[in-house]
Amino acid sequence: METISRVHAKALADWGGAHPEAVVLSGDLTASCEADAFRDAYPDRFLSMGLAEQNMLSFAAGLAREGFRPLVHTFAVFMYRRALDQIEMSIAYPNLPVRIVGFLPGVTTPGGASHQAINDIAVLRSVPNMTIIEAGDATEVESMLEVADGVDGPVYCRMLRGALPRLFPASDRMRLGRARLLSDGAEIALLSSGICTEEAMRAVDALKARGVSVRHLHVSTLKPFDDPQVLDACRAAKLGVITMENHTRLGGLGTCVAELMAEHGIGKRQIRVALNDVYLQGASSKFLMARYGIDAAALLRAVEELAGNPLGIGEDDLGDARTDNYFFEKQQEAL
Amino acid sequence: MVQAHPRNRSWHEECQALADGIRRRVLSHTVAHGGYLSQACSSAEVIGYLYGRGMDLGPSEGPLVPPPFAGAPAKGNSDHVNGMIYNGKRKANKDRFFLSPTHYALTLYAALIESGRLGPDGLSQFNADGSTVEMIGGEHSPGLETNGGSFGQTISQAAGVAWARRRKGDTGKVWIFLSDGECQEGQVWEAIMAMAFQKLDNVHIVVDNNGQQVDGRTEDVMALEPLDAKFTAFGAHCLRIDGHDLAALDAAFRTPHPGKPLVVIADTDPTRNIGLLKERWPNLHYIRFANEDERARYADALTAMEN
Repeated sequence: METISRVHAKALADWGGAHPEAVVLSGDLTASCEADAFRDAYPDRFLSMGLAEQNMLSFAAGLAREGFRPLVHTFAVFMYRRALDQIEMSIAYPNLPVRIVGFLPGVTTPGGASHQAINDIAVLRSVPNMTIIEAGDATEVESMLEVADGVDGPVYCRMLRGALPRLFPASDRMRLGRARLLSDGAEIALLSSGICTEEAMRAVDALKARGVSVRHLHVSTLKPFDDPQVLDACRAAKLGVITMENHTRLGGLGTCVAELMAEHGIGKRQIRVALNDVYLQGASSKFLMARYGIDAAALLRAVEELAGNPLGIGEDDLGDARTDNYFFEKQQEAL
Repeated sequence: MVQAHPRNRSWHEECQALADGIRRRVLSHTVAHGGYLSQACSSAEVIGYLYGRGMDLGPSEGPLVPPPFAGAPAKGNSDHVNGMIYNGKRKANKDRFFLSPTHYALTLYAALIESGRLGPDGLSQFNADGSTVEMIGGEHSPGLETNGGSFGQTISQAAGVAWARRRKGDTGKVWIFLSDGECQEGQVWEAIMAMAFQKLDNVHIVVDNNGQQVDGRTEDVMALEPLDAKFTAFGAHCLRIDGHDLAALDAAFRTPHPGKPLVVIADTDPTRNIGLLKERWPNLHYIRFANEDERARYADALTAMEN
């Protein structure tokens, strides 16, 4: 599988070249959020806002009121947690086209609970006017800015950085409200998002080899949540539905699917493979995914529970896990 | 703009007439309904100066009778109207006004009426269900552009507007009205720091330093002084004046401040011209009469003021 580094860095700089209305704000994490190439290319449209996220988000709202398209960069927790009122009252209430580019979703950082955005979708999904998109690979990171640009209102971009797999062809861009069909099958509907899709893909082939047919959809738009493909997959699933996400089980993809099924009277069993309503610790992604149950093995356990019998699939039967040894020398922090 | 007054008055007389009108209208409203009266007493000269002389605004684009609330801004809601239209059309050479403490809305509506931007009946809809003339104004309320709350957000939004206007080459200024209590919010200092860092000298800030907040005297709730030294330390060009002295206000806002935002701390008296309020000091935030006798005494004060 192809792996690409600093995908957003290039995408953002390219975007800046084509869009003079794009202004980037950064909270002292410029290289860490891959905004350094934009900064170097367009210094007069780059605003260093320091460690002052509340001001940064309200300031961005002021820029948007004047016709600019601000792209606010820092770790997600410093925005949706620390500056939620600013997101709500300065940005979301007036429905301003501010792009909240949030890094380090869930287990993607060893920085511990202070850095890990585990309930960002739950929080921001409840904010009126907010659109939420999440990247699952390099192609989606390359697509985020154009998808967000199509929305005349605030967009939360749950972003990935560093070395990323290319799971989807570069030409097959992310589309708002449109899931990707990754495999077809009749027994289980599997809906995955973000980095969990790469993990799920490791398991799906092994499941097929055991005769379990899975309709696997990768979901990148969390709000609005109205893709008819998702509803169809849930309706068609004979054994039940599995959702898999790098987020707490409360308020994320699993909750979106459960609400959808309830509202449409689809009485199917659902298993949520998700973080289990606890804070995590600082450790590697691979360790955290296994420890907190959002890896391929956790998915297999969910399938076994729906199928009602052991599948006998071991670690050796799964596709290779990708090891990420990425480090960018200009990234000043350790995370 | 001050159509109600003869044209041969000096700016000083016009601004004082605006200030007197603001106090009178807010007292009249308070006698009938209760209200945010002390804020009008403290800020009447400041607001009168801003609307009568300080700010360069175009004529109001808003209807004399404000429209009902058409719903919050949202996709598909094309009916939403921003209250900034009462401060004139957006133009590169015109100023913009941001009122941060939106519980001063009644004071602002009174100023809009006194300056001919809102009809005299505008206050009849004050706090009525479904009206835009809300008690704590929102961005749809006459004269407001942002939801002020929670405190500290408007100054940052106005800073973003100021940066954007400078980049676009606008010559109009950005005026921000703050209250002293809200300077307890950390975001206010984040914003001043950012404005100084970005050298936003197209920003004019006035602080109504009336020394009282909800729980009482500001210095007893969370001490702020020396407020001018704080603004100076954060990089603003800061002056401190008597906020009831129109000439001092005018001189302060004409002070050159290259490369820095200008902050004028207006020391004010929240009982100014309504001595009865001293009986309630320091709990002046909102006036709700204890009994009809107290209401009658304020009615007498209004009669005295009207004569």
